[in-house]
Amino acid sequence: MMHMSKPTVAVKSVIIRFAGDSGDGMQLTGDRFTMDTASLGNDISTLPNFPAEIRAPQGTLPGVSSFQLHFADHHVRTAGDAPDVLVAMNPAALKANIKDIPRGATIIVDKDEFTTRNLSKVGYETNPLEDDSLSSYKIHAVALTSMTVAALAALPLSRKEAERAKNMFALGLLSWMYHRPTEATEAFLKAKFGKKPDILEANLIAYRTGWNYGETSEDFATSYEVAPAHMPPGVYRNIGGNIALAYGLIAGAKQAKLQLFLGSYPITPASDILHELSKHKKFGVITFQAEDEIAAVGSALGASYGGALGVTTTSGPGIALKSEMIGLGVMLELPLIIVDVQRGGPSTGLPTKTEQADLLQVMFGRNGESPAAVISASTPSDCFTMAIEAVRIATTYRVPVFLLSDGYIANGSEPWKIPDVTVLPDLSVDFAKSQEGFLPYDRDPKTLARPWAIPGTKGIEHRIGGIEKQDKTGEINYEPANHDFMVRTRQAKIDGIEVPDIEVDDPTNDAKVLFLGWGSTYGPIASAVETLRNNGEKIAQAHLKYINPFPKNLGAVLEKYDKVITPEMNLGQLAMLLRSKYLKDIVGYNMVRGLPFTTAELVEAAMGVLHND
Amino acid sequence: MTDVTLTKKDFTSDQEVRWCPGCGDYSVLSTMQAFLPELGIPRENIVFISGIGCSSRFPYYLNTFGMHSIHGRAPAIASGLAISRPDLTVFVITGDGDALSIGGNHLIHALRRNVELKILLFNNRIYGLTKGQYSPASEQGKVTKSTPYGSLDTPFNPVSLAIGAEATFVARTIDSDRKHLTEVLRQAAAHKGSALIEIYQNCPIFNDGAFDQVKDNETKEGSLLQMIHGEPIKSSTFGVIRDGAALKLVELSTIDESQLVIHDAHASDPSYAFALSRLSGSSLEHTPIGIFRDVERPGYSAMVNDQVTSIIDSAGAGDLEKLLNSGDTWVVD
Repeated sequence: MMHMSKPTVAVKSVIIRFAGDSGDGMQLTGDRFTMDTASLGNDISTLPNFPAEIRAPQGTLPGVSSFQLHFADHHVRTAGDAPDVLVAMNPAALKANIKDIPRGATIIVDKDEFTTRNLSKVGYETNPLEDDSLSSYKIHAVALTSMTVAALAALPLSRKEAERAKNMFALGLLSWMYHRPTEATEAFLKAKFGKKPDILEANLIAYRTGWNYGETSEDFATSYEVAPAHMPPGVYRNIGGNIALAYGLIAGAKQAKLQLFLGSYPITPASDILHELSKHKKFGVITFQAEDEIAAVGSALGASYGGALGVTTTSGPGIALKSEMIGLGVMLELPLIIVDVQRGGPSTGLPTKTEQADLLQVMFGRNGESPAAVISASTPSDCFTMAIEAVRIATTYRVPVFLLSDGYIANGSEPWKIPDVTVLPDLSVDFAKSQEGFLPYDRDPKTLARPWAIPGTKGIEHRIGGIEKQDKTGEINYEPANHDFMVRTRQAKIDGIEVPDIEVDDPTNDAKVLFLGWGSTYGPIASAVETLRNNGEKIAQAHLKYINPFPKNLGAVLEKYDKVITPEMNLGQLAMLLRSKYLKDIVGYNMVRGLPFTTAELVEAAMGVLHND
Repeated sequence: MTDVTLTKKDFTSDQEVRWCPGCGDYSVLSTMQAFLPELGIPRENIVFISGIGCSSRFPYYLNTFGMHSIHGRAPAIASGLAISRPDLTVFVITGDGDALSIGGNHLIHALRRNVELKILLFNNRIYGLTKGQYSPASEQGKVTKSTPYGSLDTPFNPVSLAIGAEATFVARTIDSDRKHLTEVLRQAAAHKGSALIEIYQNCPIFNDGAFDQVKDNETKEGSLLQMIHGEPIKSSTFGVIRDGAALKLVELSTIDESQLVIHDAHASDPSYAFALSRLSGSSLEHTPIGIFRDVERPGYSAMVNDQVTSIIDSAGAGDLEKLLNSGDTWVVD
């Protein structure tokens, strides 16, 4: 790291939001700052937030992309409610984000971008850097663009190319402010632009110039230090949900000794799982980019029929298209994993924003009585664990399993203690063997699973299909009693899936109110619970990862508390399931803004329930 | 190869066949059961996957592995199976509604990829299982339950569609002509990639006689333009000659037969096979029959598996521990 000479102030946690045009490289800037921060041992949580348009018109509000990260010397649960620092690369980024920035916070802007034209594009009548509107903030108006261009004058680059390196100037400046190490980013740039020496040089110079600017400019008098967080010993990396999910599928297939077959159709925000798995063919992974969502799940089911681990990855609209095929999976009783990285709906909805409104779709969105297993990941790294669980359930019970993630945990990231691969569960499966008198729908009495009878096995040739089947033989059967029996058997199989009990965090064991969440609300709820307890409140927390079936102890847990609050980024879907199954009233806290909950709003919601009776 | 020789009986399942009396599906089934032993492939390595429709009951009657899936999706399911299990021989059984209407997308993409599937398209030009609505292969003006004033849609020519979709093997045959059907199946089985076989199939209930023109003894010889590789393309009365870049029908009596086009099923330019496919219209008066196109292109499943193998050969098998520990890592003591 370069030598620092200015006074340093120690702080416990910092929330930074990088914001700019969607072409300004804010996601990359945020990613790099995250990596450099993680390696210092801080705990981190991140929240990328970007528009659905790839390049909305430059300098406009719809084109603003941002990346927020929260890092601290202690455990952090969310990307934070209110940024301490906003880096705004243009007036649009300032205007789009200023409402989230608390007074007293630091705002760093690229003053070169505050031209009359750019200001009027977003409806600023006067320049906010010159009127008094930002007087309650610490403003650093830095000539980011012109200093970057000047620093690169010696390189054979067009002005446009030189300007493009300004995000690295900003990264360099923030790295100086927060004492981030520079080696990893320099190595990253060398790897990324190794084949384009001029662009590499430009990025390195801009990065170092930004760092040096912090060190020498009188505008920046102080830098800040955040000590490492106390984390359990081990080897760590930073990981996002989609990558963790892809790794979990690879690990699960390996533990099951099955070939992983992914049939997928590109869709935001799930595509990165397809991208990631397509890199790992050396694990024997087959990725098939199908012609549509239906073919994606169809090919996965076909692969499962042949004895592979069939997986499809999508988001809500894709689930709607796949529904009939998933119903066939229910009928054929074959392993199938359907990953739903949820986004805002209905219809195309908010493709790049998060939501949890597919729960009832995956539970019930098929014709007939068509039960499937449903599990959900609660944090980015939990996607790894739950992907392995999806493999366990699908292969043990031979059923379609929905694994729910969402845009927040798919794109967000956190430090992950890398698991020891030698302690992953053994998920080996048995295929049906050659035999006389084979019955394709004869069941294992414990799991109710039927044999996984794959082509190529002599003597067990048989026919299956989507028409109702006779118990045991699997032959077509339309008899009333048989259909009733088969419907109930398929339901009983899902109901009988073994899942771990839900754990309740209730330190004094006498709280009256339970915060019960599922999915990506884990972080905001845990953060709110921490705040409430620090304020002397008694509140319990539990998080559901298994939704169909529910854990066996869930009814008793709900019974124990006077009130249960369930925050969901939908209009109360889990609450509906809980009420109908357990006849327990649930206090919903429901918002569908395309953004995760803030800690503050959940604290407020809980205070209302704790003290309003 | 099997150590015992199988017979037609070995490929016949114990299920009672339940098509309408006189249905063309019976003869296709019987021909298939009789043909399969010739392949020398063990029963357990053969899979029939169908969609929905009358013909899609086909897999139940064959003593192989089989799946009666959902409407239009058989090529998608079969693609996943064929790609992950290149050791299997996979047939797709479909109809004109299943393949050309609800499942049109999967059909064209399986063909363009050249997935190793043998697709039998039973074309009866009607919806039978739903009791008599017009299909995408029905001739324009067709009066059916859903088109009492006549259908307005222009039909698909399944052969033209398949050639346009980059198919490497495209053939047409007739349900009742066992010998011809068997020969086409034989050629299709020998083909490395996707094979699409259009089978004109009579529906005695809802579209009886639709193919009489090419089945009745009085008219068939004059209507069927026989396509046999290396031989002139002709019926008993008409032949095919070149007309610039196009093909043209002429009465045999008006030309010297040396002018006739000699059929080249292996022509790499698909416009030749496409031009052949355009010689027939809904009326069937001049219907090319046989193999339009049979060209070599690597099979999709073979390519997918070769890619995986070559990556493992050059980079070594994946190491999970290494994967999880990739990227920037740090140690907390």
